[in-house]
Formats: sequence, C-alpha cells, structure tokens
Amino acid sequence: MTAAPGSAVATCLPVGSDTDLTWVRQQIRQVAAGLGFGLVQLTKLVTAASELARNTLVYGGGGHVEITPLERGTIRGVRLSFVDSGPGIHDVELAMTDGYTSGDGLGLGLSGARRLVHEFELDTAPGRGTTVTVVVWTADLPAARPGE
Amino acid sequence: MKVSEQEAVASAARELGVFLERRKEQIARRWADAPLFRAVFTDSRDEAVEACKAVVDALSEVASAGSPEDIAAPGFDQVREQLGRMSGSRTRTGAGPAQIADEVAALRAPVVELLRAEATDASAPEVAERVLALTLLMGTLRLVVMRTALGSGQELIARQREELLEVATPVISLREGVVVVPLIGTLDSARSQVVMESLLESIADRGARYAVLDITGVSTVDSLVAQHLMKTVDAARLMGAECVVSGIRPAIAQTIVHLGIDLGSVVTRATLADALAYALARQGVDAAPDAGAP
Ligand SMILES: Nc1ncnc2c1ncn2[C@@H]1O[C@H](COP(=O)(O)OP(=O)(O)OP(=O)(O)O)[C@@H](O)[C@H]1O
Ligand SMILES: [Mg+2]
Repeated sequence: MTAAPGSAVATCLPVGSDTDLTWVRQQIRQVAAGLGFGLVQLTKLVTAASELARNTLVYGGGGHVEITPLERGTIRGVRLSFVDSGPGIHDVELAMTDGYTSGDGLGLGLSGARRLVHEFELDTAPGRGTTVTVVVWTADLPAARPGE
Repeated sequence: MKVSEQEAVASAARELGVFLERRKEQIARRWADAPLFRAVFTDSRDEAVEACKAVVDALSEVASAGSPEDIAAPGFDQVREQLGRMSGSRTRTGAGPAQIADEVAALRAPVVELLRAEATDASAPEVAERVLALTLLMGTLRLVVMRTALGSGQELIARQREELLEVATPVISLREGVVVVPLIGTLDSARSQVVMESLLESIADRGARYAVLDITGVSTVDSLVAQHLMKTVDAARLMGAECVVSGIRPAIAQTIVHLGIDLGSVVTRATLADALAYALARQGVDAAPDAGAP
C-alpha cells in the first residue's frame, strides 16, 4: 500500500509503434488486474486504452501514456492520459461523432472510448497537440458523478 | 615498467599461440566433451571436434598476434558466425546468458592442464605467464561469445515474431468445404493481413463454402480489430464463402456493444463447437451429405 489517498505513482509509457500499443495494452491490463478490476471493467478499460493509444499513434504522430492508480475511499481505479503534440483536433464535436473518421477507420474510437469509461476529458488545440484523459473505477459507481 | 609488462604479456601470448596450434588436436578432443560443444553438436562428435578446432585456430591466431585482450581481433572473425550459431542454439534449449558464459569459462581448465603437463617445471615463471595469457584470451573469447549471443538473441526475437505471424494463423481444413482459423493474440494490421491472405487462399484452394473465425484467443477486440474482421468476412463472401465468427466472450461482447460496433451483418456463435455445428448443418443443406474423410 504505497498509495497515498487519491493517487499513487504514475507510470509513463511511450506510444510510438504498433509494438508499443501491444505493450501499453499489456501493462494497463496488468495494473488493472492488480487493482482488482473484474473481467468486464478490465476489458472495457483496455479496449478504451487501445482506441486512444492508437489515435495518439496514428493521428497524433506518437506520444506517451500516463497510468495512475487511484483510490477513492474503498474504491480503486485508474487514470490514463494519452498525450501527443500532433496537429490537434479542429472540430471536437465532429471527431466525437459516431462514425466520423478522417482516415479509414470506423470512426468509433473516441466516441466509443467515452462510453466505456467513467470520466472522459479531451484537451486539444490546433497545432498544439491532444491529451485525452480517462478514469475507470473497479466498479460502476452510482450515477452521481463527483463534480470535483 | 608498463611497457615491458605489456611486452611480456605479448610474448607469452605469442608462445601460447604456438602451443595452441601444436596441441590443437588434443584440446579439440577435450573440448568436444565440454557441455558447451556437447549440447550444441548432439548428432556427431566429429562435428563437435571440427568446431572445436576452428575455435582453437582462431584463438591461436589472436594469441600469435600478441593481443589476447583484443575483442575485435581479426582472428575471431572466422568463428564469430559459428559462435553465434552455438550460443543461439544454447539459448533455444533454455540456457541463459550466465550459463553460456560459465560454459565458455569452463573451456579454460583443460587447456591449462595441457599447458602445465607439457612443461618440465610447472612452476616456472614462463608457464605462469602463459597461463595468464591464456586466462586473458579466454576472457576475451567469453566476451566475443556474449556479444554474438546478445546479437542472435535479438535476431531470434525478430524471427520468432515473424514465425509466430505464420504459425499463429493456421488455416485448418476440417472437412471438405469448411475451414477454421483460430486467431490468437494481437490482431494488429500486419497480423490481420496475414490472416486474410491465408484464409482467402485456402478458401480458393479447398473450395471452402464456410469459414469459422474463432477469436477465443484474441485478447482485445477494439474498432480496428472489428474492422479487420468485417473486411475479412466481406472478402470471403466475395469468394463465395460464408464466415462465422465464434469465441466472443461475454466481457468482449459487452465492450463491443458499448463501443458501438455493429456486427449485425456477421454470423456469430458463442463457441467454436457451435460455429462448426452451424457450418456443418448448412453444409449438409447445401450439398448431399458427404460420408468421406476430411
Ligand atoms: N490524437 C489525435 N490527434 C489528432 N486527431 C485525432 C486524434 N484522435 C482522433 N483524432 C481525429 O478524430 C477522428 C475520430 O477519431 P476516432 O478514434 O473516433 O475514429 P478513427 O480513429 O478515425 O477510427 P477508429 O478509431 O474507429 O478506427 C479521427 O479520424 C481523427 O481525425
Ligand atoms: Mg481511432
């Protein structure tokens, strides 16, 4: 129990190649399993991470992901930040639309990832890069979302 | 002082070089029984002896050049490839770098023995100098082996990755008309390409009407994997084969739904057995029952 209430040490992994994506998925899976995530929550977390990390690689031109274990009372969770300094997203609303892709994807990565996580924050500016931060808790919390 | 010390080492090394050349046969015979060579050349002792001789030749040349500590000595060039193959083969049979290093170090003792046995006075200073030169030389050999071992380790990983791409996507022909592809691990774009190609090829070769894509072994199904699956299903359809996707585990099914992926156009079954039953039943409907073997 090295974790101070709220957060513990963050891990930072590079996202620069397909091999990195595999590694990122594996590491996040391991962290989440260690925090006591059940199979469904774990699968949702890893799948969301897979989407966001691939966007970081494909559209952001590579970057990194920060993995931070969280604790709120007795509930544990994990925060993932996907950071790139690529071109940024010009039209966030459009990018978050189901089925929109500027490449040849299904256009479900961003919008789908948002549905898989408890908290979702997108910080982007044209020319300055993109950071997507998500939080997933080990269990689905009652609908009330703390406003921080 | 320093210079003459170096000179002493160099001249002892040159004498050692002559000794190694002269006693090559005996050294090779002893080394052939050492774990390093014995474990690599399991088929034929003669082959082991030949490999040993090549290493003694190289050591003799390096020693004769008077620089037993030179890891880049040209003398090593002729055996570098052989040493790489040997350490690669040891690695494949489960020996770690530390063990390989120990096995190389163990080659020194039999040579020291021969060196001492040959001297009229084993405690003479020139014998001690030759043993020192030999110790330096064998230390250098160990470094050379470790370098090639690390190099071939990386090569090995890259090659195993390539092999896995092939091996992990076998297309199994169950019986005429039905092929099964058990997918394993990560379905990245490279893997998907291999899967698609080998599947389409076998559909064409075997005239398959049904293909089962089993994803039980796929750890993550995200939008890219789903897209690859759908493209594969479409391509198979163009070739006249219907695909059934099986092995979608409950957690993955829930995740796919949240992602918003619509697999509605794809026939899915919970397990591989269900998918096969489906394909075989349909097969039976399509054609007269075939009592024959696969
Ligand atoms: N990190 C990023 N930097 C710049 N643009 C991005 C980034 N992430 C997403 N986008 C833009 O948002 C669009 C939608 O992203 P989303 O992940 O939803 O779909 P996609 O990646 O195109 O396809 P899919 O993820 O379904 O394979 C992308 O096509 C891209 O234009
Ligand atoms: Mg995407």
